[in-house]
Amino acid sequence: MPTHVLVARAALPFLVSLLLALLLHFGVARFLDDYDRGLVMSVGINIMLAVSLTMVNGFTGQFSIGHAGFLGVGGYVAGAVTYATSLKLYGDLETRGSMLSGTSLNVDPATLSWFGQGDLLFVASLLAGGCAAALIGYVVGLPSLRLRGDYLAIVTLGFGEIVRVLIQRTDKTAALQAWDRVHPGVPAPEGVSRVFAIENSVLDPATGLSQTTYTAVSDANWFEIAPRVGGSLGFSAVPDYTSIFWVVLFAGVTIAVASRIKRSTFGRAFLSIREDEIASEAMGVDTVRYKVRAFVIAAFFAGLAGGLFAHFKSMNPNEIGFARSFDIVIMVVLGGLGSISGASIAAIIVTLLPEWLRGLDQYRMIIWALALILMMIFRPQGLLGVREIWDKALWQGLVRFIKREKSSPKAGGGA
Amino acid sequence: MASASIARSPWLKTLALLAAVATFAGCKKEPAAPTAGGNTPAAATAGEIVIGHYGSLTGGQATFGRSTDEGILLAVNEVNAAGGLEVAGVKRKVKLVSEDTESKAEKAGDVVRKLISKDNVVAVLGEVASSITLEGAPVAQRAKIPTITPSSTNTTVTEVGDYVFRVCFIDPFQGYAGAKFVREQLKLTKAALLVDKSSAYSDQLSKEFAQAFQSMGGTIVATADYTQGEKDFNTRLTSLREKGPELIYIPGYYTEVANIAIQARALGMNIPLMGGDGWDSEDLAKNGGAAIEGTFYTNHYAPDNPTPAITAFVTKYGAAYNGKVPDGLAALGYDAANVLFASIKTAGTTEGPKLRDAIAQTKGFVGVTGTITIDANRNAVKPIVVLERKNNAWVYRATIEPK
Repeated sequence: MPTHVLVARAALPFLVSLLLALLLHFGVARFLDDYDRGLVMSVGINIMLAVSLTMVNGFTGQFSIGHAGFLGVGGYVAGAVTYATSLKLYGDLETRGSMLSGTSLNVDPATLSWFGQGDLLFVASLLAGGCAAALIGYVVGLPSLRLRGDYLAIVTLGFGEIVRVLIQRTDKTAALQAWDRVHPGVPAPEGVSRVFAIENSVLDPATGLSQTTYTAVSDANWFEIAPRVGGSLGFSAVPDYTSIFWVVLFAGVTIAVASRIKRSTFGRAFLSIREDEIASEAMGVDTVRYKVRAFVIAAFFAGLAGGLFAHFKSMNPNEIGFARSFDIVIMVVLGGLGSISGASIAAIIVTLLPEWLRGLDQYRMIIWALALILMMIFRPQGLLGVREIWDKALWQGLVRFIKREKSSPKAGGGA
Repeated sequence: MASASIARSPWLKTLALLAAVATFAGCKKEPAAPTAGGNTPAAATAGEIVIGHYGSLTGGQATFGRSTDEGILLAVNEVNAAGGLEVAGVKRKVKLVSEDTESKAEKAGDVVRKLISKDNVVAVLGEVASSITLEGAPVAQRAKIPTITPSSTNTTVTEVGDYVFRVCFIDPFQGYAGAKFVREQLKLTKAALLVDKSSAYSDQLSKEFAQAFQSMGGTIVATADYTQGEKDFNTRLTSLREKGPELIYIPGYYTEVANIAIQARALGMNIPLMGGDGWDSEDLAKNGGAAIEGTFYTNHYAPDNPTPAITAFVTKYGAAYNGKVPDGLAALGYDAANVLFASIKTAGTTEGPKLRDAIAQTKGFVGVTGTITIDANRNAVKPIVVLERKNNAWVYRATIEPK
């Protein structure tokens, strides 16, 4: 095939994602209210998480249960970059996005300019978050992926908890402080009563007492502000740049990359590890290397999702722990281990169903759990099994199933 | 195996799925009971004033959310029993929509967006935990819908914006009040700190206590920390004991505090223990038993404090909820709702900006938890009470007036 056809074919899914993102952002989003728009974004972020975990748990058949740790690393790094840079460059935490970003609430995208400085900052911080998560993924994956089965689960579980506890123990966030606390003795300018400042607790070695001092953000270094990610209070001060456009675009990219990998030689090596690790090693597949690669790619996309999350909702160390990791595992298992479209559909269900059940009040969570149990009893292989929604075999199977129903309606009992 | 044979039979499979779907559909149509925490979705009749509450009705802090919801509901029912709220000469009924955050900050934004865009609430009440309010409040701020948080005590909460208020005291004052009580009433000079490092609340409260205590001439002789969920505090208590403190300040939550008290007493440390409003739960006495005898905590109100407002509230609450004694969170929920109602009356409208101004001008509002005045930073200026555990009961000990 000529090169330009190949290039066009390679670019197609990304162009489709871009078009879909634009369509949803400027078209469909106009007919939705804030709550629905928020749900669309949550769905997109969860799709990214589920599809990225599919690459590890589904493709290579490893069992990682610390995926929320990568969400945390990506989210906190991306959030800290935007946070510290905004404070240093602009002196405040307003969004400076174009019509593509920061339009999650009450702003008609068409009223904003085509390009905002904030867009660059936002995308750069997302990539920083993704890369940080990928790097951590490499460090965690290299030793632990030499192990098999349960050991990886334990290591990833431990990793997730380490991230949670480390963040919980970080110092407080930079915050608005009264002017006279930050600049004692200096008269405040007209109309200024509070300034952004960071709080420092210094232990006086002579008396053993702690003293609190304040540094104005303008006097602090970038790297002094960045680590102040709120500790156990959560990190909610990040400007909200995430919009439907970015979420749909990145979710589309994640799905495109995952399905490309699945059909490449690279992906076949992943699948061979899942089917039989010893056999694939005998066939010359360097299993550890491939497993680490899958792990790093998955961590990168989870980090990206984390960045989108941090610029949308608040990061909270208590919510990037084990429970969150398990939510993602549920999406992957529910969708079918190894099925990208299955994981995406499951992510949609897992995000929306509990919201739709809100009318049921306290019975909501019980029904939700019941639905999951029913699902696992009747379809243990997941919604789509190992197939994809675009696989012909899936639909042929469905047709066969319906036909069999028709021909032998009493097949019941012993079948 | 029954489940396996069911799974293999396509007929039964379809039937079961249909049944499951029918259950869902059936449940959805059923009207939610108007109990505490019940939410009757949308469709406000003309003239009704809809207010929203978002709280932890399930999850780790469920008792906090439920109590607050009961307090708010009591206030709403009272107003409706009186024929409604008089706004610009017209009596209008009040409708409460309560939504669950599952004790997760992550959910708070979604829930507040739902209250604002689906239920069209005029104001939002909630949350208890500061970390959750910090996620929900900015959403309401941007939509220019006033928020009143009944019980988020962290200072950063009202710094979110000019539409965010609270009816509780803030942690710096709570730390100050605790220190003042220890210095002036207990007349002790040497205190030790035992801090829950996984909680922003505990962290800030301990710092504020230490600062105030030192400035009043006291000394912090030792500090130790722990994480929520820990059970064994013996080593830390022993190390604190060596420094000879006269009191241990434990600004944590009731679950750990009960264990700390039991283990401290077992180590022979019969010195007073003191904490903040995180102790305010029936479970503390249930789990701590005799060990919490001789402890103190600062709180929003004391049920046995003989003021007319408290006596009336305790009676009404008991009548509405099977004789339950309201905790501080219920009282604050009740006060938050009533401050909102009073502000709607003075504003004469439910428009966001005008309602905001009316709430900001709240002055000398006589609530259950004290006389509430909203200051320039949208925090409540009000007294704090100290409770003492004496003869197996929490009794009112002192009131500390605002600085």
